[in-house]
Amino acid sequence: MKFTEEHEWLRVEDDLVVVGITEHAAEQLGDVVFVELPEVGTQVAKDDEIVVIESVKAASDILAPLDGEIVEVNEALVDAPGKVNEDPMGDAWFFKIKATDLSQMDDYMDEDAYKDLVG
Amino acid sequence: MRENPVADLHVTPLNALHRELGAKMVPFAGYEMPVQYPMGVMKEHLHCRERAGLFDVSHMGQVILRAPGGYQQAAAALESLVPVDLLGLGEMRQRYGFFTDDAGGLLDDLMLANRGDHMLIVVNAACKTEDIAHMRAGLPSVEVEEVTDRALLALQGPAAEAVLEALVPGVAALRFMDVAIFETPFDALWVSRSGYTGEDGFEISVSDDQAEPLARALLAHEDVAPIGLGARDSLRLEAGLCLYGHDIDTTTSPVEASLGWAIQKVRRTGGARAGGFPGAARILDELQHGAPRARVGLRPEGRAPMREGTALFATPEGGDPVGHVTSGAFGPTIEAPMSMGYVPRDLSAPGTTLYGEVRGKRLAVAVAPLPFTPARFKR
Repeated sequence: MKFTEEHEWLRVEDDLVVVGITEHAAEQLGDVVFVELPEVGTQVAKDDEIVVIESVKAASDILAPLDGEIVEVNEALVDAPGKVNEDPMGDAWFFKIKATDLSQMDDYMDEDAYKDLVG
Repeated sequence: MRENPVADLHVTPLNALHRELGAKMVPFAGYEMPVQYPMGVMKEHLHCRERAGLFDVSHMGQVILRAPGGYQQAAAALESLVPVDLLGLGEMRQRYGFFTDDAGGLLDDLMLANRGDHMLIVVNAACKTEDIAHMRAGLPSVEVEEVTDRALLALQGPAAEAVLEALVPGVAALRFMDVAIFETPFDALWVSRSGYTGEDGFEISVSDDQAEPLARALLAHEDVAPIGLGARDSLRLEAGLCLYGHDIDTTTSPVEASLGWAIQKVRRTGGARAGGFPGAARILDELQHGAPRARVGLRPEGRAPMREGTALFATPEGGDPVGHVTSGAFGPTIEAPMSMGYVPRDLSAPGTTLYGEVRGKRLAVAVAPLPFTPARFKR
């Protein structure tokens, strides 16, 4: 698993990359009350703002961590945004992306480096 | 109040207790206050509606007004600054009111109590210095004394009565907006049956020294959880109550703010003490003929919250904004987003569809009656 400075996690699953937010990010956000997902089939570029998350505190974005195509989104989050707080590293993944160039993953942190970042 | 030299923020007598309880502390109106506890905003909100929540509202200003002629003289004088019926307020009763300015805008909203030989008022933390100066300048015959050695707690929710009655026998007999003083092991408690959540409950003024023992005694009850500013905000918004500096300020008149109900007939045109307060010409005219805009409840049709500052439009495309959102959040009890805002009078009827612009998209929102959750006061 890889981690971004934006507190996203990336997990390679066959030829796709599954993306979610970290436990740390979910805690910082507080109770999530709204999730807006991209449409399946959207071509995205790294750092595009593609997901909106609103918590009881504020709105924030999730950025596309890689260039590629959105091939699946977790529709369950739209009706039950609270899942993001319950299981951010598991059930509450946001989208699966078919990466144009998987070597973009190499830029990201491993788990130990991420743990150092969030203390 | 003690000073925190590092952050230059005031702290309340419960500061150490908040930290012990694991609160996340934030600056608010010059005070370091708990925004949430480990339970989290959503669960704190629901806990208050289902059982009871304890709030530290010691940042608010408590002010005593005295005059040689007792309550009646203080009340008569303050009617020159506050457009509500204070002379007619019964002994040991409390009422909501506000200070207005010469343009008819709102300087602050407050609670006023007739305490027999004097008046006790509670004002917003962010406004208290200005409020006190305003009263001292405007009320030469009245002694204006800020109470600086007492904390203020609120216990709110359906279990509040049973919890407080066990510690302070007699409080259950109070009705909504009654006030009383109880001699207790926590020294004298100034209790009112009121609050800002829409729930039944009490506000309790307690000496600084006894604030923490009282808070601990209340929290010892299994029904009581500490509640931070985050849930306080969503609770008051569901209850349709204004937050000064957001939903009301000097640019909003009481009638625009849909607070005309707080101005009793005796202070209105044709009343025995009509007018005689700052901005009376505009406010009395708006009471008779209506204001050009109104504060309304708003229910977004989707799940996206429409937060403070969201522009409102009459149509899904084109045109200029017709109003804006002044408070917006997710309502944990109604399980839906909710907002309040100002709209033109002809678009203020419940059911009217408007469009809020969120992240560049116009999303449908319906004008809705306030409160969003029914008030559960013990009248």
